Amino acid sequence: MSVIDVPAATTKSRRKIRRPDLASQWQLMWWKFKRHRLALFGIVVLGLFLVMALFAEAIGIGPPGQRDTAYVAGPPMLPQLIDAEGKFHLRPFVYGVKPVRDKVSLRMTYQVDTAQIWELGLFVKGAPYRLFGVVPGDIHLFGTDKGFIHLFGTDFTGLDIYTRSVHATRASLGVAVVGVLVSFILGAAIGGAAGYFGGLLDDLVMRIIEFIRSIPTLPLWLALAALLPRDWSPLATYLAITVILSLLGWTWLARTVRSKLLATRQEDFVLAARLSGCSDTRIITRHLLPSFLSYLIVDTSVAFPEILLAETSLSFLGLGLREPVESWGVLLFAAQSIRSIDQAPWLMIPGAFVIVAVLAFNFVGDGLRDAADPYSRS
Amino acid sequence: MSALLTVDHLSVRFPIRTGTIWSKIVGHVHAVDDVSFTIMRGETLGVVGESGSGKTSLGLAVLRGTEPSGGSVTLAIEGRSIPVTSLDKRDLRAARQHMQMIFQDPYASLNPRMTVRDILSEPLVAGAGKGSYGSRQQIDALVVDIATKCGLSRDQLNRFPHAFSGGQRQRIAIARALVLRPALVVCDEPISSLDVSIQAQILNLLAELQQTLGLTYLFIAHDLAAVAYVCNRVAVMYLGQIVEMGTTRQVYFTPKHPYTEALMSAVPEPDPDAERRPILLSGERPDPAHPPSGCRFRTRCPYATETCAALMPPLRPAGDGHLVACHYADDLKLRGALELRGGTEAAVQTNG
Repeated sequence: MSVIDVPAATTKSRRKIRRPDLASQWQLMWWKFKRHRLALFGIVVLGLFLVMALFAEAIGIGPPGQRDTAYVAGPPMLPQLIDAEGKFHLRPFVYGVKPVRDKVSLRMTYQVDTAQIWELGLFVKGAPYRLFGVVPGDIHLFGTDKGFIHLFGTDFTGLDIYTRSVHATRASLGVAVVGVLVSFILGAAIGGAAGYFGGLLDDLVMRIIEFIRSIPTLPLWLALAALLPRDWSPLATYLAITVILSLLGWTWLARTVRSKLLATRQEDFVLAARLSGCSDTRIITRHLLPSFLSYLIVDTSVAFPEILLAETSLSFLGLGLREPVESWGVLLFAAQSIRSIDQAPWLMIPGAFVIVAVLAFNFVGDGLRDAADPYSRS
Repeated sequence: MSALLTVDHLSVRFPIRTGTIWSKIVGHVHAVDDVSFTIMRGETLGVVGESGSGKTSLGLAVLRGTEPSGGSVTLAIEGRSIPVTSLDKRDLRAARQHMQMIFQDPYASLNPRMTVRDILSEPLVAGAGKGSYGSRQQIDALVVDIATKCGLSRDQLNRFPHAFSGGQRQRIAIARALVLRPALVVCDEPISSLDVSIQAQILNLLAELQQTLGLTYLFIAHDLAAVAYVCNRVAVMYLGQIVEMGTTRQVYFTPKHPYTEALMSAVPEPDPDAERRPILLSGERPDPAHPPSGCRFRTRCPYATETCAALMPPLRPAGDGHLVACHYADDLKLRGALELRGGTEAAVQTNG
């Protein structure tokens, strides 16, 4: 370990030399965040979800409301590479199915027909759609020319679970994003006012927050959601649910903002700025806000899964979003009965989407928290 | 020499509240109680006293960092007198260019999210006088100039505070205080959070800057040796009041107040073999919300009598500009820093 090694190593990666002394807080945070593998993985997963939400029509197989009467309550069809005779196919395929009536229960079941091979393809032409409501298209991420493919099976009305899960990403993440955004604005404004003005307002706001937080959330959501008129359009219900979730969700952020504001207000550098003649506006925007913005971002990223789960729970209980709106909770609503768990356990697959999304948000939140914490070493 | 700063009967009281929603004021902490003094142009007045004696509150109240609850502060700038305590918010912002502060903890006083350049230029670009310092180049020239004077190099300006040591950070803090070219600088324990080896550097820097920029310091510290080194005059505070004030020589060598004597006996001795006879005060410092009657020091004073409990001693002249607040200032034979260490040689280097 001689000293001479050092310049050699540094010249080699000259463009990548890090100058921590010249790095801003955000750069330091990014460097630390990049070392958090799980968080990076979470970011990638969330990115995929975002793509899924934006291009749901192209990623799904057909229109989400299209019923396949030839395959009702059918099990997932898994793409295969090796056929029954042990031959390898370069192109993935699914076997065809033929309906068979069960002799005892008289239910329709589907039998894999190894004689029929339906080959899959990427970017195949399929049902036409309009992306974002305007751009026409008919290319789907994957599909099959003959027969059909129901990757995650179908429900009791013949709707494709894969396509619906993909489309549900929109509503579920939408509620979470809008809900967190509204909570963020409410929390930052109310908590900021409480922390900045202090006194009676601060006391009042804090007591209200304690009151709201002391109410058991689920019954309260149920009560509020039950107040929504049943004849509202799905879109109106959707917006109302978002607002309900964020009206109760702002409290955590208001507390953080207030406490951080109280703490930073006492900092010497804030006093120094005031003593050097800075205006209140500049002190708030240049000194107070930046010093706790990173905490807010962390808190917000942790709040996503909460709202996501809240929407899922509400919809699962039948009081949140309703058909024909698709959300993961709405899809899971179909998986409530013993009958569905017994006869069509694949109806629970949308639950996996919820789990993956929540985990991804948590990983990202974890990574952000570690990155924002100046005392963490990793 | 003319007076730059006149502080007259200044008081700072902090209310003590109880209750959560309907809070009630149940008393006051008298952090600064009826303090008067003047500082001449180019002079350094030291303020010493133990923790909680109100030194920092006094410094902040002079700059209106905390609002004084009584008294007045007047600053004489270019033949104009600025009544600091009665300025409204706008005029106060404008007046801030004449008076600045250096903080105790350079780790807390610099915004970690701003580069040194941004920190140093902030008073110029965001203060009340913004726009009057010329173009960005001219402002940058001012910043580089003051940074160089404070011992910082030009390429250090792009860095963030976390890249600097305590001593360098304090240099940045000093540069920020001086970039507006103030007349008065309140130094609130500027060296007490630094390494001993760095303390001398910073003291010398402050002294040098005082010479070149013609600064006037209100130097708050509890390090008596440092105060002796940089101050022309010293005020001793106890429980929010000035108990003794005079030239450094007067206060250190011929103290007239028993508290000053006790303080002087606590000056650290560089010679480990020297015999030390510190005066140990009995009891605790009284609660500043409920100060004792009469003389505030009487509960711990070895010379206290009944008179001390009955009457509050005023700060009165004791000859040659020396002021003392003790009923028995003329009768007591108190020992100064020299006698307390055996009276051998002047171990205390004074500037007064």
